[in-house]
Amino acid sequence: MSDEAPDNDEQVAIGSGQGDAGREALRSELEDLLGAAVVDSHIQEGQNLWLRVEAGRWQDVARSLKGAGFNYFGFLSAIDWTVAPEGRYEDTEFDAGLDDDDAEPVAIDNTTGHAGGDTRFQLLMQLHAPARGAAVLVKADVPDDAPVIDTLRDVFPGADWHERETHEMFGIGFTGHPQLVPIYLPTEFEGHPLRKDFPLLARHVKPWPGVVDIEEIPEHLEAELEAAVMAEFEASGGGE
Amino acid sequence: MTATSDQAQRAYVAAQAADARVNVELDTGDMTLNIGPQHPATHGTLRIACQLDGEQVIMAEPIMGYMHRGYEKLCEVRTYPQCTTLINRIDWLGSFANEVPFILAAEQLMEVEAPPRAQWIRTILFELSRIANLALFLGDMGVQVGALTPVFFAFRDRERVLNQIEAATGGRFHPNFDRIGGLKDDLPKGWIDETRAVMAKMRGFCDEMEDLLVGNEIFQTRCRGVGVIPADVALGYGLSGANLRASGVDWDLRRDANPGLAWNEIDWRVWTHPDGDSFARYWVRLQETREATYMVEKLLDGLPGGPIMAKVPRIIKVPAGEAYVSTENPLGEMGYYVVSKGDLGPFRVKIRTPSFNNISIVPWVMKGVYVPDVITILGSLYFILGDIDR
Repeated sequence: MSDEAPDNDEQVAIGSGQGDAGREALRSELEDLLGAAVVDSHIQEGQNLWLRVEAGRWQDVARSLKGAGFNYFGFLSAIDWTVAPEGRYEDTEFDAGLDDDDAEPVAIDNTTGHAGGDTRFQLLMQLHAPARGAAVLVKADVPDDAPVIDTLRDVFPGADWHERETHEMFGIGFTGHPQLVPIYLPTEFEGHPLRKDFPLLARHVKPWPGVVDIEEIPEHLEAELEAAVMAEFEASGGGE
Repeated sequence: MTATSDQAQRAYVAAQAADARVNVELDTGDMTLNIGPQHPATHGTLRIACQLDGEQVIMAEPIMGYMHRGYEKLCEVRTYPQCTTLINRIDWLGSFANEVPFILAAEQLMEVEAPPRAQWIRTILFELSRIANLALFLGDMGVQVGALTPVFFAFRDRERVLNQIEAATGGRFHPNFDRIGGLKDDLPKGWIDETRAVMAKMRGFCDEMEDLLVGNEIFQTRCRGVGVIPADVALGYGLSGANLRASGVDWDLRRDANPGLAWNEIDWRVWTHPDGDSFARYWVRLQETREATYMVEKLLDGLPGGPIMAKVPRIIKVPAGEAYVSTENPLGEMGYYVVSKGDLGPFRVKIRTPSFNNISIVPWVMKGVYVPDVITILGSLYFILGDIDR
């Protein structure tokens, strides 16, 4: 009943809207705390703080961050940085090359990611610090030759399921995880669906009708219109 | 009764007794009980495999994937405006709220900001989704403890909110109304007054629920002290939304990490409860629903004028970069990690859904509870299956 309303007025909201100055301070604090484990870091103005750490220190980093108040687990996942521009829409040709062992190895480009990266798979985790109203996104490069990393299950029990999901979707192993069984896919399923080289069969069976969700542009006008659109796009400051 | 039939009956009783004696000596080991996939408490198709010792659960393991649709992969082959169609179908009871963080992430990458009026209308529709979503929970929780009436009230009153959402967006469940840079349309004529009336009705609904359930002795007996989640465990599992606040953690992304909507323009409070049990989770959601009706009224009062769409190119190309935006959705923290390579569509979208984390605590919290409590705990954790499986 409403008379049981617990008093929560004494807790003051700090808010991760502490701004970029707060993020700068947090970055230097965490870099001091984690020392050499931090490979790179990045602050996106008005948004978030990214840290890239060494894969070998993944568990230590999580422990240290937890000790520093980042005890609220957000999520854990991965990014496959394989470049597949032609794999986006009608990806038949791109996928055809993947089955062929003699085909050239696929390029990897993770330079566009915040805080950089060197490997195909990058692990991604978000942690909150409720008491200080801050959040941090932690990345780690998973080694290409053996995509295996330590489990965070003992640090954050919530990581258990996220690691299972990442394992089945990307094929990344987690040492020390006792039960890396599929969470969504059927047991007999083969492959790792979120890898860029996993073909989306629905697109092969039936080509996607629309690349752009607007009416088709006549061929003779296409180049002209595209130039106009791009000019408008640049002018609106979207291209920066 | 004749002598023969009397004899026959005695023989039958003796045989039964002999059977019973044999049964006593039979193995009474652990039993596996499957709750679901079809069960009203699962809001979709979730299966919980319970290992029972008598009436007590010794292990409970949720088995998901019955509804996995692979949205993260599908987003990679769609353009940004096309993605919102999928995203609507994650938490289908609060669809509009799903769209907002994705659109905000795309806007952050494009460095576009929606005009104030669009932000306010977004906030209003967001809170309306919350009311529609939580109203169903408030009634549905009654069904989990055996009270049928509340759920009918909930369906009746939720309809009023859905009507308002439909009047503004054209869709009851899947509005697909949010656009990069603003909204599809402005509010229709007369909508504001109607919404005010509906909000008053919804407060009446909250009062009814308070009378029917919160003050009900049976409800209290079934929910108090059941499924207690301490704050540190809740944080470790990444619980969010009312589940976290019912464990006494004062954390609400609307206040603590507002990505730019109109929440910090109005006065409202975050409700918490120190107990962490099923009752606390119900109580917090009830207060939140009521608070949301007040918030909608305040937002309607302060609604600014002006355009509802920023200047956005006709073909949406999002510059390369990464952004993570999460908002406090009806179920908890819903976030999208969008990686863009400067293409028409996202390179990778990680969808962080609240229910996935909220349900990951089931093996922990179900240990040692009794079978009927499994249902109340599941009900009070409140998840939508589309939100777990994506």
